[in-house]
Amino acid sequence: MTGSLLLELEGISKGFPGVQALTDVRLDLRHGEVLALVGENGAGKSTLMKLLSGIHKADAGHFRLDGAPFTPESPRHAESLGISIIHQEFNLMPDLTAAQNIFIGREPRTGGFFTRDPELNRAAADLLDRLGLPLDPKALVGSLTVAKQQMVEIAKALSHDAKLLVMDEPTAALNDAEVEVLHGLIRRFVSPTTGVIYISHRMDELKAIAQRITVLRDGSYVGTVDTAEASMPEVIAMMVGRTIQTQARPENVRDDRETLLSVRGLATKALLRDVSFDLRRGEILGFAGLMGAGRTEVARALVGADVVTAGTIVLRGQEVSIPNPAKAAELGIGYLSEDRKQLGLMLEQSVQTNIALSSLGDRFSRRGFVDDKAIATRATESVKALGIKTPSIRQEVRNLSGGNQQKVVIAKWLTKDCDVLIFDEPTRGIDVGAKEEIYRLLNDLAAQGKSIIMISSELPEVLRMAHRVLVMSEGRITGELSHAEATQESVMHLATLRTGSDTAFPVPDPTADKAGLA
Amino acid sequence: MTTDTPTQTSADAAPATAVASATLRDRLQQLLAFASLIVIAIFFSVASSTFLTYGNIVNVLFSTVVIGLLALGTTFVIITGGIDLSIGTGMALCAVMSGQFIVNWGIPWPVGVLLAVLFGGLLGFVNGFNVAKLGLPPFIATLATMLVAQGLALVVSHSAPIYFNDSPGYLKLSTGNLIPGVNFPSAVIVLIVATAIAGVLISRTILGRYTFAIGSNEEATALSGINVAKWKIVIYTLAGLFTGLAGVMISARLGSAQPATGAGYELQAIAAVVIGGTSLAGGKGSIVGTVIGALIISVLNNGLQLMSIPQEWQNVILGVVILIAVYADMARKRASTT
Repeated sequence: MTGSLLLELEGISKGFPGVQALTDVRLDLRHGEVLALVGENGAGKSTLMKLLSGIHKADAGHFRLDGAPFTPESPRHAESLGISIIHQEFNLMPDLTAAQNIFIGREPRTGGFFTRDPELNRAAADLLDRLGLPLDPKALVGSLTVAKQQMVEIAKALSHDAKLLVMDEPTAALNDAEVEVLHGLIRRFVSPTTGVIYISHRMDELKAIAQRITVLRDGSYVGTVDTAEASMPEVIAMMVGRTIQTQARPENVRDDRETLLSVRGLATKALLRDVSFDLRRGEILGFAGLMGAGRTEVARALVGADVVTAGTIVLRGQEVSIPNPAKAAELGIGYLSEDRKQLGLMLEQSVQTNIALSSLGDRFSRRGFVDDKAIATRATESVKALGIKTPSIRQEVRNLSGGNQQKVVIAKWLTKDCDVLIFDEPTRGIDVGAKEEIYRLLNDLAAQGKSIIMISSELPEVLRMAHRVLVMSEGRITGELSHAEATQESVMHLATLRTGSDTAFPVPDPTADKAGLA
Repeated sequence: MTTDTPTQTSADAAPATAVASATLRDRLQQLLAFASLIVIAIFFSVASSTFLTYGNIVNVLFSTVVIGLLALGTTFVIITGGIDLSIGTGMALCAVMSGQFIVNWGIPWPVGVLLAVLFGGLLGFVNGFNVAKLGLPPFIATLATMLVAQGLALVVSHSAPIYFNDSPGYLKLSTGNLIPGVNFPSAVIVLIVATAIAGVLISRTILGRYTFAIGSNEEATALSGINVAKWKIVIYTLAGLFTGLAGVMISARLGSAQPATGAGYELQAIAAVVIGGTSLAGGKGSIVGTVIGALIISVLNNGLQLMSIPQEWQNVILGVVILIAVYADMARKRASTT
């Protein structure tokens, strides 16, 4: 008997046409434990969770919950067994309220057909209260911040009386303060009869939340270590099969560079107030701050994707006006959006088409006709220079890994000959090994004289890469730190400065964001 | 921190039975549509002395019935992110089937009406099946049904109108007055009742809830354990039932089933839905908005007629109105977010 284990997986294998996703994987979760499941993209973590939730069926293997064998049939079935999964992509309906989302499919009903919304809202309010989540049950989910949407997901999962909670990259879109809230929730959820499987790319979090770490690589089980005894480089080495340097410092920090871009008093109607900063040639300038602090909005305002209500922009000594992203690109300012799949790439198009897109008019056309030969030449050069792993420049971008997709976006802007590159969350959703390559690439670009603005929610990443760090809070820049001054503590202090504590919390509209950058 | 978010304020302003459609933004859209309706009505009141008479107002309501019924049903479909192009010719086919049942087969007219409405439901079911089970894009699936219905209407009727001369009860469904001596045609009452039913369905039932859920995020809805295919079939079938009812009402009004009419009505209905603030991308919309949208179209047609503006120009003006309505909606959304 394995009575002391909450969940036990043994010999799990799963193949899809063309790939063997999992081979003989095992995993065990003790009662009252938070188990981290780590591995590079494609290691099989998400597939394993899809088997556990019944979305896919395993080809072989045994599942045991509290010692009793079971076979997950469907997400509904898994839920009925007490297994709740929070998937990486939010499974929320933005046009419904928080309460409606939490109880979707289980609404209080009259005669099985008529909904009883007052009761629904009361039940949701009770649940949110119990979980200590500051959410309005009647708020439309689409109007909530990413962090709050995450809370709705968690409330939805916990409303099933789950004993096993699986979270697939729950913090990918959260900043450090929000991660703390999430971890508090997890700690309150864990009891002697429950457990959590926590999938994450953020290695620094695992120490804080998980007791043990199980590592997968290429669809196989590598090992399980106690968090207390394991060092992070060791875990990363298990994941990638080699050792990676994680404690790097910014390279080529110099104060004597000329100023390339100078922004003064930038403001937007919704959020930004008096944003001023200088960007030097060959510098990596970090933007830190909590979610909603306005970092992305600065980038969007700068490239003309949002309407600016005040402020001047001086580029290469000349005042410029940037009414739209096309003008920004013409001036050599490239914005690499945090949402590269939606806003940065044409996923169904080839690598070469994507690389050429921004420069079609000025570089790859002859008397109005597209010059395919020049495109192929340039794409081949880019693939080589940036080390883009693709079988061919004709490969569709959607078939590339996250890291290589990011490189394609970079190649696009380099082809446009941009010398200001704004990276918004450049490593989001990219696995550890590929992150290192992106970091190296950023350092190389800076060394070549490109000026880089780096917006990131991962503080260690900012501290490691940025020559200077600007910290934002509530739409203002609350401080500038040199790389020597910048620490987790100093940044967090500035990031939590409140200018006027009773100002309304900004609510960005994701749909409007997309429209602006089409 | 949360207590003073704008979102919360708007949610709090909604009544306790807040539904997805009753958010501030949607209310604004309805308000905007409603305000446009009022402005247009005032304009015509000034331009034509007959516009604001009881007789003409009844006239406007009466002429809203068919488009209104079609628009009500298709609102559900559009909120799921789908589209139904088959409602126009589907309506003609249902009218012909009503004639077939009642005139040619001699079935008592109340039963014939029921069968014709159910026949519409069958057309909708076929659409729903093709969309939900076969995975055809709604545009294609309902385009095919539109052509099939158009052809079948001619085949069944041998390309000739079917007259309901021997069924006075059937004709009274449209033009009869429920209260003797008071000019208030039954057709308008039918539209009011249908609107009430649609309103309850969308805001107070799980059918309505899942309609919004599917349009909002279909995959998430499915992963939440909801049988999306089943509910889509239900929703398209519901639209079909409204189509069937529209078929009955138009043939009752004309006194005959006209097999060659119908095409073009689907676009007017979709226009009414869109003017009413329902998003073609799905997830957002309301019945009240649709009714206002349908009324705007009727008032425009009626007022322009009263002003003796040629028929040809009415569509031109309607097209411009749609552009303005949708652009105003988008412009306001942009203004509220930047």
